[in-house]
Order: sequence, then C-alpha cells, then structure tokens
Amino acid sequence: MVKIKLNGVEAWAQDDWSLLDAIRFYGLNLPTLCHHDGLEEYGGCRLCLVEVEGGSRPRLVTSCTHPVWEGLSVRTHSKWAVETRKLVLELLLARCPTSKTLQDMGAKMGLTEVRFKPRYEDCVLCGLCVRICKEQMRSGAIGFVNRGEDSDITTPFDAASEECRRCGGCMYICPACQSRCEGPRARGVLCGSCLSPSPTCLDAYDDVKCYMSETACGTCIGRLQQGGTRRSESDRKE
Amino acid sequence: MRALRSVGELDAARAALRDQRRLDRPCITICSGTGCHALEGGKVYEAFEEELRKRRLGDRIGLKPTGCRGFCERGPIVVVRPQGILYQRVEAGHVPDIISRTVLKGEIIEDLLYVDPTTGEKAVAMGDMAFYRGQERVIMGDNDELNPGDIWDYIAIGGYGALGKVLTKMTPSQVIEEIKLSGLRGRGGGGFPTGRKWESCRLAKGEPKYVICNADEGDPGAYSNRSLLEGNPHKVLEGMAIGAYAVGSSRGYVYVRTEYPLATKNVQIAIKQAGELGLLGRNILGFGFDFSVKVVSGGGAFVCGESTALMASIEGRRGEPRPKYVHSVTRGLWDKPTSLNNVETWANVPLIIERGAEWYSQIGTIGSKGTKVFSLVGKINNTGLVEVPMGTTFQQMIYNIGGGIRDGKKLKAVQIGGPSGGCIPSHLMGMPIDYDALTQVGSMMGSGGMVVMDEDTCMVDIARYFVNFLKDESCGKCTPCREGLYQMAEILEDISAGRGTGPQLELLQQLADVMRDASLCALGQTAANPVLTTVRHFKDEYESHIHDRKCPARVCRGLIKYSVDPGKCTGCGRCLKVCPEDAIKGEKKKPHEIDPARCIKCGACRDECKFDAVLKV
Amino acid sequence: MNETDISKIDSMIDRYNADKELLVSLFKEIQAKFGYLPQDALSRVSERLGISMGQVYGVATFYKAFDLRPRGRHRIGVCLGTACHVRRAEEVLQRVERELGIRDGESTKDMQYSLRTVNCLGACALGPIVMIDGEYHGRMTSKKVAELLKKHRSGKVGT
Repeated sequence: MVKIKLNGVEAWAQDDWSLLDAIRFYGLNLPTLCHHDGLEEYGGCRLCLVEVEGGSRPRLVTSCTHPVWEGLSVRTHSKWAVETRKLVLELLLARCPTSKTLQDMGAKMGLTEVRFKPRYEDCVLCGLCVRICKEQMRSGAIGFVNRGEDSDITTPFDAASEECRRCGGCMYICPACQSRCEGPRARGVLCGSCLSPSPTCLDAYDDVKCYMSETACGTCIGRLQQGGTRRSESDRKE
Repeated sequence: MRALRSVGELDAARAALRDQRRLDRPCITICSGTGCHALEGGKVYEAFEEELRKRRLGDRIGLKPTGCRGFCERGPIVVVRPQGILYQRVEAGHVPDIISRTVLKGEIIEDLLYVDPTTGEKAVAMGDMAFYRGQERVIMGDNDELNPGDIWDYIAIGGYGALGKVLTKMTPSQVIEEIKLSGLRGRGGGGFPTGRKWESCRLAKGEPKYVICNADEGDPGAYSNRSLLEGNPHKVLEGMAIGAYAVGSSRGYVYVRTEYPLATKNVQIAIKQAGELGLLGRNILGFGFDFSVKVVSGGGAFVCGESTALMASIEGRRGEPRPKYVHSVTRGLWDKPTSLNNVETWANVPLIIERGAEWYSQIGTIGSKGTKVFSLVGKINNTGLVEVPMGTTFQQMIYNIGGGIRDGKKLKAVQIGGPSGGCIPSHLMGMPIDYDALTQVGSMMGSGGMVVMDEDTCMVDIARYFVNFLKDESCGKCTPCREGLYQMAEILEDISAGRGTGPQLELLQQLADVMRDASLCALGQTAANPVLTTVRHFKDEYESHIHDRKCPARVCRGLIKYSVDPGKCTGCGRCLKVCPEDAIKGEKKKPHEIDPARCIKCGACRDECKFDAVLKV
Repeated sequence: MNETDISKIDSMIDRYNADKELLVSLFKEIQAKFGYLPQDALSRVSERLGISMGQVYGVATFYKAFDLRPRGRHRIGVCLGTACHVRRAEEVLQRVERELGIRDGESTKDMQYSLRTVNCLGACALGPIVMIDGEYHGRMTSKKVAELLKKHRSGKVGT
C-alpha cells in the first residue's frame, strides 16, 4: 500500500493500481475513452488527464497509465486539468461528431461549441477493438495501419480475415458505433446536449468547489452573487 | 588483420603507424562526405586516381578520401599536403593541373583558392579563412586526417586510446564520475546530463543492459550527425564502448535513418574492422570486456528519433512512443535498462576521457560545456558544418563564420532546433548559444540545425511548413498531436491564403497550449513551438496576413500577384516562353501582361526577366 | 510471387537470421529487390519471423520508406528540407507535379515516373535539390526542373 494525496486529502492506494484506479476507488469520476477495465491501458485518447505535482513543476498525466507511488500528489479537477480535458474532447468531437459517447461526454463537461473544422471520421482511433481482438479473443485480426492523420484500423491489405471469428467484440466495444440521437436540436457538430451547463465556480476559483458531479450546479456562486459582491481577481487564488 | 590482445599491443601498433603516416608526406586529401559527393566529388576522386596512375605517381603521392571538412558550400574540397593548400569547388578538369603545379612543384593555383567575399583576400590554408578561424573543431577536426574506411588512420591519430585508458585505469564508476564532472549534456536536443543518465542506468536492475546510438537525425536542415558518422564512425563506436563499460552493458545498437546510406555503410565497415582487431566484440583488448554493436535501419519516420519510439522500432514494432513515467534507463529496449545517446554525445566521450573532464569543462559556458556542431544552412553565404564552443553568439556564427547573408539581404531570423525548436529574431543575435538561454526565449538547442532566414522569408509560411512536416510525421496515437496538428494546419492554411480571422489566432494559442501540455511524447509536446515562437516574435506578420490580407515577405501564394512593370518591360518575350500556363500575353517590343486568372505564381518569369520588369506584389 | 521469388525472400531472411530487430532492414532489402513490398513477401516474412501478419502490415504501412504498390521506373524525389524550403523548393515541387501530371506519392499512368517528397538530404549547400534515381540535381528552380525533366524524358540525362 502507498499513501497518496488526492485533491489535498491523504488516501491509501494499492501498489499495483493505476492513478485512475485510485481516483475511481474514491468515487471521483473522470472522462475516459480508450480505457477499459478488462483491457491493457493504451494512454492515447488523453481524456483522463489529471495534474500531478512533483519534479520541477506540476504536469498533466494520463491517469490510466500513470502508476501510484508513495507521496504522489494529484489534483483531479484543477482548472488546468478541466480545461485541457475539455479541449481534447473538442478535438475528438471535431474528428467524429457522430459518436454518442463523445457527445454525452461533451454535454457532461459543459462543452458548448466546437471551434475546429469537422472531419466526420467514423473512427476515434481509441484502439479498443484492436485490443479486445488481440487480448480477449487472441485473434489479432485487426490492427493499426499508416500513421498520423492517415491512421486507420483494418485487416492486413483490407482483405477478408482468416483470423476473424466473427465474435462481434469489436462492434460491442466501439464507442463510435453508437450514433448520437438526432433531436431535439441536432444541428451542427454538437448535439442537443440534454444535461446542465458548465461549472461556474471555475470562473472565480482555481479549482471546482465540489465533486458532486461532472458539472457543478452553480448554486454556491449564485448565493455569493445574491450578496451583491462578486469575488474580485485578487481574491481568486486562496 | 590480427586481433590486438592488449593495450600494449595497441600502443605499439600506433607508434609503428605514426612513422608511416607522417603528415609531412605528400598526399592529396579529398572530402568523401555526401555533400561533396553530391557536388561530383566522386568524379574528382576518380580523376585523381586515374591521373596518378597514368603518371605512375601512386607510390610517391598519397590519395586519401577523408571525412567532411565542413565547408559544404565550397565543395568539393581538396587539401594538398604537406603544404595544407586548400582548393575549393574543384572539378575533374582541374585535376591534371593540381598534380602538375601544386603537388609536384608546390605552385598555388589562384583560381581554386577561396576568396573572402567581404575582404577580397585569398586564403591558402584553412587557418586563413574566417569560416574556420571562428571554430573550435575538437570533434570534427579529426575528419580532416582520416579515411573513414581505414581503422588504422583512426588508431594513428590516437584512436581507441581512451578505451584503453578506461579498461586499464578506470572503474565504471570512475568513468561515470568523469563524464559527470565534464558537464556533458545530451547533444540530441534534450540536453540531459549524460553522466546522470549513465549513473541511473548503471544502478537500474535488469540484464542485459543496452546502449544505443541515436542516428535518426530527422530535423530538416540538420546533417551534422550524418557527417560525423560518415567521416569518423570509430569515434562514435569508441564512445559507445566506453559507455557500455560504464553502465554494464555488452550490447549496443546504432540506429541510422534509412536516408543515410553512406553513414550506414561506413559504420558497418567500421564495426567489422574494429571486430577484426579485437577492439569490439568478445574480450576487447584482452580485458574480458565484451561489447558488440548491431546496425539497425530506420524506415523513414521522424518520430523514431524519439527514444521510446526508436526502441519500439528496434523491437520490430510501429514507432509509437510510450509515456516516460518510467524512464528508459530503468526499462527501455525489451524492457531492460537502456542508455540512449545522440551520435555527437558519444563522439564527445573519448575526448573527455583522453583530455580529462577539467580540460573539457573549460570550454563553453557554466551550464553548457564543450562544443556543438551545427549545420549552418539557408540564406547564408558559408553553408556548412560549424563546430563552436557553447556560448558563441549568433552574431559570430552568422557574420564571422557564416560570412553574412546571401545576396546582400537583411537577416530576419535564425531557426534552431528543427521543428521542435524556434525562431530567434534578428534583434537577439547577441544571444549566446547555450541550452538554457535558448529555452528561455522559447526555443531549444535541438540536434544542431541552424537555418538562416532573410527578409524574403515569411514567418507564417515557416510555421505552416513545420506544422505540415510534423503532421506527416506524427505517429497518430494521441489526440492532441494527431488532431491538434491537423487543425493547426487548417488554420495556418487559412491565414496563409488570406482567409484568417482574429479569433483563429486566439484558438491557435489555446490549441498550442494543449498540445504542449497533453501530448504523449516530445514530438507532440513541442509541435506547437514553430507557431508559438513565430507568434511571439513576429506577431505583426500574422496580423498583416489576417487583417490586411497581405504577406509582407511576398511568399504566400494566395496573397501575392505577379505583374509586369510597363516602364521596364522591353517586350523581349522571354517570360512568355517560360510560362508553364501561357499566362503572359504581349507583342514583340511592346510591354507584356500577366493574366492573374491563369498565373500559378511559380516565379519562372521573374527569374527569367533580365530587366527586373516582373514585379511580385 | 513465384517460387524463385519466394526463395530469394527466404535467403534474405536467412541472412538476417530471421531477427525481429532487423525487420525494417529486411523490408529495405525486399523493396530494393522488388521495387516495393509485395503481399506474398510480407506473408513469408510473417511466417518465418513469427510475427503476426497484423503487426507486419502495421509496421510496413507505418514507415514512409516503404511502398506496398509498385512504383514507376524512375523515382523522382524533391527535397523539402527547411533550407531548401526557404530557397523556394515548393515552387520546384509545384512545377514537377504540373509537368508530370501527378501529386506527391503518385506514379505516372505509364509507370515511368513516381514522385516523392523527401525529408532533408543534408546537401543543403546545393538546395533546392531534385533527386532522380538517387542522383542529385542541385540549385533547381521552376524553370530548371522543367528543363531537367524534358532532358530526362528524351533520354539525355541519366539512364
């Protein structure tokens, strides 16, 4: 067991846990895409970023691939982490706006616009299909090909595969296979977005004020504002 | 060749050679590097061979191909010994004269000498040239004296003496201490203290350990590693052997870019020869120290210059980097402790062991010790490889050594560090070349590419160029790099074409920050640097493109127009003939006109016009 | 591929001791011999080196040095290194594309020429550079490269 510091609070973690394991164990939630409990970590989507201290200055790391160690200090919802995760998702949505998984994450994160050029790709390159085929089915029928913006996932030479046993695991696990709904305001790159708007406390503070949900309800700020004074710039860093 | 079984035998062999290879014997040396070869150096060499044979002078006059001398702009370079007369831009046709007059009679052929463009003075030997006087060629200097295909040349100038010293007089820990004391920092760009890296590798648990030479020099415009490996492969191998001894490894790899066939060949020959002499392989010099080296080829992927991607490549996998939460000195190649260093870093090691850390640390600045080899290219008069002590200013590089800007233009910026680096604007030329000073202005040392840019270079176009380069080279695994570069390229295309908006500039900044903070490897993390440094130092150019729809340097094709000045045009019709799109119309002796609808802005007409009548506005 | 070709592949693999670390070097040799990486060659490599076809194919498509389709008889490379770029290499590329009617990475219909942009060749003093079948032609401009191609097509340059 090792002792880590999670959002300022000391907590125990098992030696072989990833940082994401520890964070989830304590009931906090982070968005993920390429992570799956039954499969090896990939660390490619970059959505599960958290801020760790140590070394010369704090860094953002992917919690799924980062190990825990004695004294590790992490902030899961610092302004830096939250806003970076948001822009990463914005990039992913520009790539694949038809994915319900991504749209739901966007709504939870309070993403209200996608400022990038939409690519309308079908695949988010999370690699889950490759890993389930290789690790669970021991088939390895599909894999990554090419690189960079031409990256793709397919069978060798796009040919019908002899290794593929038609298990359907790749379709089951694919986060882009579930299409987003078409209403009520299904125009543009972002979908209707049925959930509540973005956390307002980050406008005034450097960290969210509670971890109740992905988006804070804004009531605490509302109460402050009823008092008539809005916190000034200088008061921000407590 | 019989293997040498002890340091004593090595020293004896060296002493015997010294007499044979005295520098006062007549010898014609000619650079055999890729640069001079591209300038037909191979034909010059063959012409010398032929001529010497015809005149039956082969016994008296030596002919030696050497490593790169650095003055690539003036190649092919021939140096005639013993006088040390340097001839530049030598052609096969000059050869008979060189032999008759210079070699046999000691006469100097004035036309083949280098003339300083500013002073008009003719230089006879290397020491007479400003290009060489400003340098301190402690690493590259050896290239002048040796044939890279002949191990005995290397031994004759003291080669493998450092390895001998290490095996007879030093423990691995002592070697590490010496390297630490010297202050040597990684020459591949990161600048990590080499001694510390070796120490961590030594302390790490796991067998076997590996040492790797990163010769995947991918920065466009940087070729100093290539010339080192081509010109003096043994120096690098010796450094690796010493490093292997220090960390406890017996297996080494040299990973060479596929685009460097000559370097690959020369290293393979060197390994074979060193093996035959017992300087590599099993029981080196009879000390029971084993170290063997394998040469592995790259496949055309810039990302494989990143250490973890390089190791993936050696393992027969796609060159995808992995996060460095656990360092490669602990778990690297095949999950074993691995010490990966750049070609130039390895080349510094024998020098440090030979002359001592104290001597070495006198060169350079407090934070950056030793020398660095740069490839000085672009809009500079003296293109070539330059080795200077750390701390030399850009001013000295560009004007003293580099001979100033080509065609009398004005300096605008110096790009250093490749696509991961940044542009240093002209008003900062007094800056010293030093790891920390460069990081402070938002750039980095990189592997040594230094591209000089003048008033005709558009900085927005440069940012676009680098982003497109990186976009092609991204491995594609992580979102910020793969998607970020795609979107950055789209925005820069818009700006370059005159479609840019103010909010896009702001978006570019946010995107750059996320790429830096969230990417998996150093390629993605530094991919935004070209944009960040050009926006930082040349914001006015961006604003001109966006708000005024103008490209001040007149490069971005969407924002320039070619037209004929009727006042200067004589109607000679030359431009009309060279236009690939038939976009120019006009009668003989009457001013011609360019149809902007057909013009593809290739510039052929402007290059062709003898009257300066084609304008680029 | 016929049997002789397969045995040629086998002897290459033998020379490399079926070493996984030399996979990319092996690909280089196969491509040097056959002009590209034929599917049958890759299958053989997969069999003998004990690497899954998925990995072999994934590696072959990752590295830009390899072509999985046959290329033209003459290979034209235009250097797009930074030093060449500032000396207007893009204009040279544009001209080559126009003269041959193909884009970067493509081959002419008659399979005489294929075009690739290349990363820095390290002969920056000579830039901009156009390579034809490994031979360097330096100090190129839009006009000079058009002349070079014309000469090459009429057999006056190279073989």
